[in-house]
Amino acid sequence: MCAEAGTAPASLLSLDGVTKIFGGLIAVNDVSFNVREGSVVGLIGPNGAGKTTVFNCITGNYLPEQGDILFAGRSIRGEKPHAIVELGIARTFQSIRLFSRLPVLENVLAGQHCRLKSGLLASMFHTPSQRREERKAVERAMEELAFVGLAEKYAEEAGSLSYGNQRLVEIARALASNPRLLILDEPAGGMNDQETVALVDTITAIRRRGVTVLLIEHDMRLVMQVCRHLIVLEHGTMIAEGAPEVVRKDPDVIRAYLGAEDEM
Amino acid sequence: MMNSASRRRAASVILALVLAVLPLLLDRYWTDVCVSIGLYALLALSLNVILGQAGIFHMGHAAFYAVGAYVTAIVNTQCHVPVLWLMPLAGCAAALFALIVARPIIHLRGDYLLIVTIGIVEIVRIALVNDVGGLTGGANGIFGIARPELFGFKIRKGIQFYYLVWGMVGASLLLLGWLARSRFGRALSYIKEDDIAAEGCGVDVARYKLAAFVLGAFWAGMAGTLYAAKMTIIAPESFSFMESVIIFAVVILSGGSQLGVLVSTFLFIGLPELLREFSNARMLIFGLAMMVMMVWRPQGLLPPLPRRYRVRERLSRLLPRGAGDAAEAGNTREVPHVR
Repeated sequence: MCAEAGTAPASLLSLDGVTKIFGGLIAVNDVSFNVREGSVVGLIGPNGAGKTTVFNCITGNYLPEQGDILFAGRSIRGEKPHAIVELGIARTFQSIRLFSRLPVLENVLAGQHCRLKSGLLASMFHTPSQRREERKAVERAMEELAFVGLAEKYAEEAGSLSYGNQRLVEIARALASNPRLLILDEPAGGMNDQETVALVDTITAIRRRGVTVLLIEHDMRLVMQVCRHLIVLEHGTMIAEGAPEVVRKDPDVIRAYLGAEDEM
Repeated sequence: MMNSASRRRAASVILALVLAVLPLLLDRYWTDVCVSIGLYALLALSLNVILGQAGIFHMGHAAFYAVGAYVTAIVNTQCHVPVLWLMPLAGCAAALFALIVARPIIHLRGDYLLIVTIGIVEIVRIALVNDVGGLTGGANGIFGIARPELFGFKIRKGIQFYYLVWGMVGASLLLLGWLARSRFGRALSYIKEDDIAAEGCGVDVARYKLAAFVLGAFWAGMAGTLYAAKMTIIAPESFSFMESVIIFAVVILSGGSQLGVLVSTFLFIGLPELLREFSNARMLIFGLAMMVMMVWRPQGLLPPLPRRYRVRERLSRLLPRGAGDAAEAGNTREVPHVR
């Protein structure tokens, strides 16, 4: 839940000079930041600032050309995405990537996959320990569905749910892998106002469970409500970092990004 | 009213009963046809793990069948090991072969992988024709493979082979069915649906694809043993590219469920036999039937039903107040709705 007594709140994730280049384009340029255990951190910036690219470097979908990424003290640069999930970083996708023709429950069970142990032979011969493990996995998946308020929709085809609910199923699926760090890529995208308000509660509840959250979001109201710490990117470079109240007054940020928003 | 799950169960029971008494009503020729259907069913069930469940486009399954049959034939004729004892060995040989050839190509996408697998089956056939290592007997193949013995009982008649092969089909249905309803089967479904999302959820996609391949090959290798024992003569032409295409088409037509695979095998292998009296026109009729099928049921004959989980009692525990919209109301309760 909290960091061991004696040590200062450790940073769970640190990026150190991460650079990602596509062809001639420097998508992410020498980005360094820390995410402290137990915090909710927002990564914001205008479209094309390189936010999702940073996420994809953390989750192992991209290999950064330079720099290192440390998670819980060890380098995860070059690890495969599935191995990074196993280490404790779960993610959702900007464009929803549910298994849309499978039932909601099986989507959430996908998150449990890396925590289950039954191998090929145990599965094929339907051993008692395999059945016990399956029961537990279903139970756990149902708890996560109840956590996001969708327990009753467990049998529905994931693709048939509303956009907002599909995002919640993705969150439940990510939580089912027992992550220490949850990475949300535009969780409020496609949600209506009411759903966005509920999402604030859900993210707060996730943090209370002891899961650290790193999110990309364009809905500034949500960002200001849930994040304790913001990181601002523009053209792949970090231009500001700090508490939301500080960041929103930063002249660089106002010029680059927030100034364009009516709400701010 | 019956739902589709109980309808399928009823159909499976009826099919099992019919298959159990069928050889008592058939003459020798038709019993042989049914043995052949059983062998194809085994191959199609094993390919179904790769193609139907994991969605890997693999059109070279006859290569693994050939490895199993040739390993059986060579070891049996050279070392006189009883044929049925060679089944695990044939399976392992085919699995090892699959591991070696699939490992470098498993990351290829759909159509590219398909082309490479066609290459594999051709390479195997040509290697057999050219008598690699002086063991395969070249174009003539290998003859004099011993009849199988089961508990001291020699299997030689068609009807005996029928029960041996279909017994094996029954065991495969059970084991592969359990496998499909496990964590393993789910992982294959995730990969088929969206492999990037599967990897992002913690599924080792490359490993599971390879495992599906190797398992399918193991089963095809065991089917190869039965084939070698049934025919007592094997030759490269039995493992041509066309065989691979037929098995591939059986799985595609089936829709991916086990019952679908059985029905589709009967249609594919049995129907051309029934249409023999039309002689040259039979393949035309058969081709037209295929086209009609693909237009009428593009998803295949019987797509698999969703896996079932016991959830009901848990659901009531998770929703203490029982009301349908309690969860949603609870979520928004304390937050004032601000604009």
